[in-house]
Amino acid sequence: MSSETQQILTTDGIPLSVSLKKAERKNKIKAFLLVVPLLLFLIITYILPIGDMFMRSIDDKMVTNMLPKTFTAMEKWDGKEMPPEEVFAGFYTDFKILVKNKEHGKLAQRLNKEKNGFNSIIKKLFRQVQRNKIDEGQSIKEQIMKVHKRWRDVEYWQAIKRTAPPYTTAKYLKGVDMYYGPDGNILQVEEDRRIHRILWLRTLEIAFFVTLFSFLMGYPIAHLLATLPMKYSNLLMICVLLPFWTSLLVRTASWMILLQQQGIVNDFFVMIGLVADDNRPEMMYNKVGTYVAMTQILLPFMVLPLYSVMKTISPSLMRAGKSLGGTPFVAFWKIYFPLTIPGIGAGCLLVFILAIGYYITPALVGGASGTLISNQIAYHMKTTLDWSFASAMGLMLLTGVLVVYWVYNKLVGVDNIKLG
Amino acid sequence: MSKNQEFVKFDKVDKSYDGKVLVVKDLNLDIAEGEFITMLGPSGSGKTTCLMMLAGFETPTNGEIYLDANPISNIPPHKRGIGMVFQNYALFPHMTVYENLAFPLKVRKISKEDIDKKVDKALSMVSLSGFENRMPAQLSGGQQQRVAVARALVFDPTVVLMDEPLGALDKNLRESMQYEIKHIHENIGVTVVYVTHDQSEALTMSNRIAVFNDGKVQQLSSPDKLYEEPVNSFVAEFIGENNTFGGEIIDLSNGTCKVQLSHGEIFANPISVKSKGDKTTVSIRPERALINPENKMDNNHSGTIEEVIYHGDHTRVRLNILGNSEFILKVPNSSKNLDIKLGNKINIGWNSQDARALDPK
Repeated sequence: MSSETQQILTTDGIPLSVSLKKAERKNKIKAFLLVVPLLLFLIITYILPIGDMFMRSIDDKMVTNMLPKTFTAMEKWDGKEMPPEEVFAGFYTDFKILVKNKEHGKLAQRLNKEKNGFNSIIKKLFRQVQRNKIDEGQSIKEQIMKVHKRWRDVEYWQAIKRTAPPYTTAKYLKGVDMYYGPDGNILQVEEDRRIHRILWLRTLEIAFFVTLFSFLMGYPIAHLLATLPMKYSNLLMICVLLPFWTSLLVRTASWMILLQQQGIVNDFFVMIGLVADDNRPEMMYNKVGTYVAMTQILLPFMVLPLYSVMKTISPSLMRAGKSLGGTPFVAFWKIYFPLTIPGIGAGCLLVFILAIGYYITPALVGGASGTLISNQIAYHMKTTLDWSFASAMGLMLLTGVLVVYWVYNKLVGVDNIKLG
Repeated sequence: MSKNQEFVKFDKVDKSYDGKVLVVKDLNLDIAEGEFITMLGPSGSGKTTCLMMLAGFETPTNGEIYLDANPISNIPPHKRGIGMVFQNYALFPHMTVYENLAFPLKVRKISKEDIDKKVDKALSMVSLSGFENRMPAQLSGGQQQRVAVARALVFDPTVVLMDEPLGALDKNLRESMQYEIKHIHENIGVTVVYVTHDQSEALTMSNRIAVFNDGKVQQLSSPDKLYEEPVNSFVAEFIGENNTFGGEIIDLSNGTCKVQLSHGEIFANPISVKSKGDKTTVSIRPERALINPENKMDNNHSGTIEEVIYHGDHTRVRLNILGNSEFILKVPNSSKNLDIKLGNKINIGWNSQDARALDPK
């Protein structure tokens, strides 16, 4: 037999490797076609909305589209002294079109957000334009500057110039209580108005503690589930899963019934003499309520991954640890615990990520000191209608979750996650 | 050197899990120091329960277990200093081989150098030097098994328990591991209590075998005695192959008895029969019955060959003889035995000494 490798041919003379590749390609295409519906679904329901959210959060085209001639003229302006005649002329031309289309109100609103005081001077200008008081034959700069003294203030023109770029990161700065100053530098808002930073920190804090509490409570439960005989563990499993089958609203509402000042828990405390009847502690509409309700609701997400990992750990490992001379604690800490880390990782990641974006429960039982960043997002979606700000905060939340995931990957390794 | 004959002592031990059924009944068992003793029995016979009581994972319901004359029922497993090899090896999957072996030493607060030395020695004992940094999952079944043995021995325990350690290995590996474990035992002289349901494993490895059935030790003796001289029909049945005749004693004298079968009479060695009229089961090992015996034997009967199975080194022949159609003969593969054909009638004989009249089934 010769040792050299000969090219193997199929019966019809094509090299075997070529024909094999062909056959495999067909299979690959078939396999891909099977995944296509899911892929499309994911793109349409997940990737596109996130992309749209991102565009919305940085979109600032409104003024750019309203004042095209102004911004063209402003390109030559150094932005330090009063703008030249061309800028005023361009602004006047743009403004006339806005007046015709009745869009000057939007401009006023948007510019007023950039700098207070625009509302009234644009209204004034609007009246002048409507009455045809501006003579196009003479210097438009002089005439506009006469309309109101603020039109003579260079800061207002600088503000207009700042709205020129079609995209802005201002919403993101606002999400961390910062804003662009008059020179384009980043400034902090006054100390008593830094609401978002408090919310971010509180969200992280509550997510962290809810994860911790879920872990502390879920670990023994999962261990019990994994070691009890089948007939008991099934019953216990149903108890753990019961919250899954109950509506979130019902669960939260029942916590409200339990935790309110005249509620069952307080009644019980009074009954056993732990607190005085006229001094019932506030357990709802604050952090306590949020902790209790969220921990209870998220507990199954901790128990299930832990359980599935613990189920695979052979009881003989603990026995081996003990027979080799380890005390029960050493056997647990050196053998059992390290083997449950994949489950701990999965459970904690799951609970933390869910908790960081939790909405209904904190909204209902959280009160003023228990609301989270997601409530703020909902507020901007529904009440102020500042969707771009809501989008920006949503994306910041998403980024935060990705950072958590990345850190987790560095520390534990995503391969070590076991969801069941 | 006198060895402690009661190094491990089970003293009237009972065990019940549910308070209704006794899994182990009135167990008395002495194990000598340095002995290799095997607990053999079908599943559910209580042998693993005994091992678990000795290891400390179960407590006796009644009675006491002594280790070197000290009662140990109230000592938790980690203070007993008994090494154990588990059925599925129970290697710690998140630790390397080295860490697995170092675990019992670390919990005993032994210095790093001594740990290194002991681990080295233990690994070379099971010829696995150089595997220190492998994870258990990277080892074959046989290697994992050897690591488990090394780990159970590395902290120099006085007793090592092995709970069907070779159950998961294939036949060839199992046989070579049997010798390996036996040699390790001979070299270091540790007391080994071995649990298995595989009789050939028990016969090749042990000094003594305790045959368990129904929560009781049926017979405790050396492998050859167990095979040659079973004391009851369960042991005869369980160890090795066995031809049986059920019948009634019609004569009992001078160390032999006459047994009336449904078709004919045979002479047998009375073991557990006391008097005339007793029911009995007569047990004869297949290799004790010879075809066309040259010497005169006191049992001589003819039977019809019903089945011939070729086994390479020997041929198994199933005969219908004296009304028993399950009578097995082992015929060595030599040219002398050429008349073995299906349907032939042949003469076979055996000594009454080898036909043991035991308790009726």
